[in-house]
Amino acid sequence: MAELLQHLLNGLVLGGTYALLGIGLTLIFGLMNVVNFAHGEFYALGAYVSFAALALAGSDFFVALLVAIVAGAALGWLCEVALLRPLRNESIDTTMLVMIGVGIAMQNAELLGWGGVAKSIPHPFPTAPLVLGPVAIAPLRLFVLVLAAGLIAAAWLLIQKTKLGRAMRATFQDRDTAALMGVSIGRIHAATFAFGSGLAAAAGALLGPIFLVYPSMGDLASLKAFSVVILGGLGNLPGATLGGLLLGIAEELGAGYISSGYRDAIGFVIIILVLLFRPSGLFARQERIA
Amino acid sequence: MTRTGGWLLVAGALALPLWLPSPYHLHVAIMAGIFGVLAMSLNLLLGYTGQLSLGHAAFFGIGAYTSALLTLKLDWSFWPALAAAVAVAGAAGFVIGRLALKLRGAYFVLVTISFAGVISLVSVNWIELTNGPLGLPGVPAPELGPWSLRTKTAYYYLVLAAVGLSYLVCRRLVRSRIGRALVALRENEPLAESVGVDVTHYLVLAAVVSAAMAGLGGSLYAHYTRFVSPEVFLFTYTVTMVIMVVAGGKGTLAGPLVGAVLFTALPEALRAAASWQWQMLAYGVLLVLLVFFLPRGIVPRLGVALRRPEPVTPTARR
Repeated sequence: MAELLQHLLNGLVLGGTYALLGIGLTLIFGLMNVVNFAHGEFYALGAYVSFAALALAGSDFFVALLVAIVAGAALGWLCEVALLRPLRNESIDTTMLVMIGVGIAMQNAELLGWGGVAKSIPHPFPTAPLVLGPVAIAPLRLFVLVLAAGLIAAAWLLIQKTKLGRAMRATFQDRDTAALMGVSIGRIHAATFAFGSGLAAAAGALLGPIFLVYPSMGDLASLKAFSVVILGGLGNLPGATLGGLLLGIAEELGAGYISSGYRDAIGFVIIILVLLFRPSGLFARQERIA
Repeated sequence: MTRTGGWLLVAGALALPLWLPSPYHLHVAIMAGIFGVLAMSLNLLLGYTGQLSLGHAAFFGIGAYTSALLTLKLDWSFWPALAAAVAVAGAAGFVIGRLALKLRGAYFVLVTISFAGVISLVSVNWIELTNGPLGLPGVPAPELGPWSLRTKTAYYYLVLAAVGLSYLVCRRLVRSRIGRALVALRENEPLAESVGVDVTHYLVLAAVVSAAMAGLGGSLYAHYTRFVSPEVFLFTYTVTMVIMVVAGGKGTLAGPLVGAVLFTALPEALRAAASWQWQMLAYGVLLVLLVFFLPRGIVPRLGVALRRPEPVTPTARR
């Protein structure tokens, strides 16, 4: 029983960051109709930027996290303006190919810049775990969980309560009508992509100190983000949050009780099964945003 | 392409080992041939049905492992192992086709990627069968009757024969009723369906032939490098195939071959100048540039330039 609780807690920490990844991707996918295969590379970018800020520039842990988010959002904004905007009326396959190209370029730029050796991000938290009844959690993991929850709440507030969020929801529902009502579609798309990429970078900067940082970490992150999006339903923010938690917990349980070698297979199996049997996601009647 | 031009190309390909200066160049030609088979295989799906399979390395890897395991563990000889590799990859294509071709676009892509991911993890973790990450060394070189095809020249002709066979299969398929049905589906699925094209049937057929062809490429690869490891499932292989098809011209017969030759020769030529990472970085940038500046590929573009356009149907926009 204690073991099960421990797995659930670990799964929750992992799932919180998966949810961050998934929320970013589900917004981009749902709102812009772009299949962003570079999403995981923004996650890797976040991890590397935070590593650079901490280990090389010697900055504060929280400042490094902020820098990573800003870097991810800035590069995402650049991507949208330079590459996706000219292709806005092209087919979904065209933009997908472009984003695959961007992903490959980003990953190998990281490989060139940092080398293939995995790096570990230093963090200021004590390593002795906090014991809470039957379970134990490292302070770093607790911090990651809390911060992920905070970022998810912030994303939700942004979409529900701000003018920008309302424009995003309108664009998701009907792009042309939103444009006629005076919403600047270009601005919304750029903001969405920057926002989504920033969240991915945040997830990378958060998970970076827990795991190792290496150039190909983005590949798996992309696929996990896609499993989360598919679990939750396209453009469904609460769905992505729940989907992320579910995937994190499923992975922990799978690794704990079945085989750790197949941990990453769980995301793949989820993608296949959900798409085959419940393609609109587990939680949604229909595709929607927020 | 004119008929004479085609025969000249065949003659040139047959005579190639005579004027290639070194075994290294022959090696590049062999790899170009293997990738030619793979690119043609991907083109059947991406070019003619419009469905992008990003799990194509899985069929390639299944072919490679089937062939390697049968020759190593059961002492099969090369030819039946090759046939089995084609059959097993084709069967995998059938299963994936039946399951995934209910989906379209991005969803199809995701299922194919996930399938490749699962297969790759199995190859790493099922150590009793696959020897895990260490891979299977010592895959035997093929033999033809009393002769061993161990030399590079002999293997070149074997690969060339496979390229020729794959090309003929593609041409036969594409110019038949089936090919017309596939293009009709790509261009306008509801319309094609309304005139009686059985969607699932034709798409699954294309997936089976495509996967079987990738299995052929995998088997040839395994017996050429004489070594198979989980690296055959690398996403890089799939990306390389996609770039070859998109660059050469998807939905054309010659396009994948042009792409394969170009993108096997080019990295080798650049090898001295740049490291592997730079090449991969360049691949990414190149893919972006291709989509922007040459969205239909080299072969259709050449066709326009030579004023003898190969019959290309306009690409579907969805």
